[in-house]
Amino acid sequence: MPALLEVRCVSKSFGGVAANVDISFDVAEGEILGLLGPNGAGKTSLFNSISGEVSPDQGDILLGGKQVSGKGPFACAAAGIARTFQVVRSFESMSVLENVMVGAFSRHASSKAAMQAAYATIEFCGLSARADSPAHLLSPAEKRRLEVARALATEPRVLLLDEMLTGLTPTEAQGGVQLVRDVQARGVTIIMVEHVMEVVLPLVSRAVVLNLGRVLTIGSPAEIVKHPDVIRAYLGDRYAAH
Amino acid sequence: MDNTITRRRRHELLIGAVLLAALAVLPLPIHDVYTRNLIIITLLFAGLSQAWNILGGYCGQISLGHSLYFGVGAYVSTLLFVGGHIPPPLGMIAGGLVAASMALLVGWPCFRLSGHYYAIATVVVQEIGYLLFLNWDWVGGASGVYVPFRGESWMNLQFRTAKLPYHYVVLGFAALTWLVAWWIEGSRWGFSWRAVKDDVVAARSLGVRIFQSKMIAAAISGFFTGIGGAIFAQYVGYIDPDSILSGQLAILIALPAVLGGVGTLWGPFIGAAVLIPLRELSSSYLGSSGSGLDLMLYGALIMGVALLRPQGLGSLFKRGDSHARTA
Repeated sequence: MPALLEVRCVSKSFGGVAANVDISFDVAEGEILGLLGPNGAGKTSLFNSISGEVSPDQGDILLGGKQVSGKGPFACAAAGIARTFQVVRSFESMSVLENVMVGAFSRHASSKAAMQAAYATIEFCGLSARADSPAHLLSPAEKRRLEVARALATEPRVLLLDEMLTGLTPTEAQGGVQLVRDVQARGVTIIMVEHVMEVVLPLVSRAVVLNLGRVLTIGSPAEIVKHPDVIRAYLGDRYAAH
Repeated sequence: MDNTITRRRRHELLIGAVLLAALAVLPLPIHDVYTRNLIIITLLFAGLSQAWNILGGYCGQISLGHSLYFGVGAYVSTLLFVGGHIPPPLGMIAGGLVAASMALLVGWPCFRLSGHYYAIATVVVQEIGYLLFLNWDWVGGASGVYVPFRGESWMNLQFRTAKLPYHYVVLGFAALTWLVAWWIEGSRWGFSWRAVKDDVVAARSLGVRIFQSKMIAAAISGFFTGIGGAIFAQYVGYIDPDSILSGQLAILIALPAVLGGVGTLWGPFIGAAVLIPLRELSSSYLGSSGSGLDLMLYGALIMGVALLRPQGLGSLFKRGDSHARTA
């Protein structure tokens, strides 16, 4: 499969803190890639670089062979990169429909077309019953869905999900996993950051494990869980010997 | 497609039309000059505050310096009329355009600042504008400019004693600002601006151009504020920096929207309908300039609204969802 998104030797520091050091990996078209690692590993920083929120100090990020890094969030959204946020950022004064329309307007100039597209996306994400609710009245799980709906409304090629399943009840998380599969079935490539290994690993085809800003290993879920470096990073040296 | 948004918007348009008709006949049975004047000033500030609301309410960029655009609009239109014999209906367009350019000029550096810093910058810029005009002899300096009377006509926008024509001018102005706000609410711009107001980072990730959104909002807001200033100059017949460029005026432009509901279609109008008559009454009963009692009244009013109805007085008329906003 051809690589849709290429991350090439990306480094980013904030002050003296190196958040990402020399990170490289490819994401194939249609794949779900997991981005794992303990707290502070640099997962969200990397998302910020890919979505254009920050510019990497070094390295390039290419989407479909074209450079997107350093061009800002508008160019990244236009190129087809969308994201959700670890801490949800709903437009609180707007309804669910209006929230999603903001995303839809990036592809549709007329309000009518944007509204139609937004309705379709809301239905896809299972929020139809809440379309007219103000965003601030949604439950945490619904807010996560809203984040996905809003991002999907920009018709992305790559969707970055930042801890979309964290903090949900097991039933809600299952619904979230189903939504991720549905999004993939639409042909959207997904990179997901997640803490909870047992939730992510069944979902992804490959995972990149970061630790202290560097790539620890890249591989299939089966390879990841056996990798001594991963076990060391998560559980400490004592468990790594086996 | 029939849904809540389009239904609500049609409903609002209908209310707007009914209100417009009611306000058109309102002054007919009133012959008392004082009351007619009060209605005219109220409508003028309803329009001005709606213009402010376009930037401060929908886009969330709080400006405390809008009297700068008001004053610039008034000066440009008046000077064109006095010096160039250009009729005010044209001059006010020029005034609006210069005011819009000023708003862009202020926005260019200041929109890179976030949150409260923009508001503070607007106070400073307005104060600079005030001082410049105060010391600029070519535009009359501190003694101001008299608008010469050149005969009653719509072209001159001058009417000897009749208040009625001015009533229709300010009513048209207020209706126009309302219509612009209504149109913005339903357009791509309105959605982008409200997104900018609620969460810049999220808006950016969805392909909203933050800086461009703020600049367009500022230009439209400045344009209509400038037009309002030009109308005021023709109505009053005399302008000086203290009456049209002061910091107090800047507050008075923002206040109706804050009181009635920031970022809502009716907020500025409801706020103006409460605030402007109250201000007139308090200044006639308590004595206006100097004593500051009327200012204390605003203060109390704002504090009351902030504590009891943070969404503004307009929310009293809404059913359903608005009640839970404080949660």
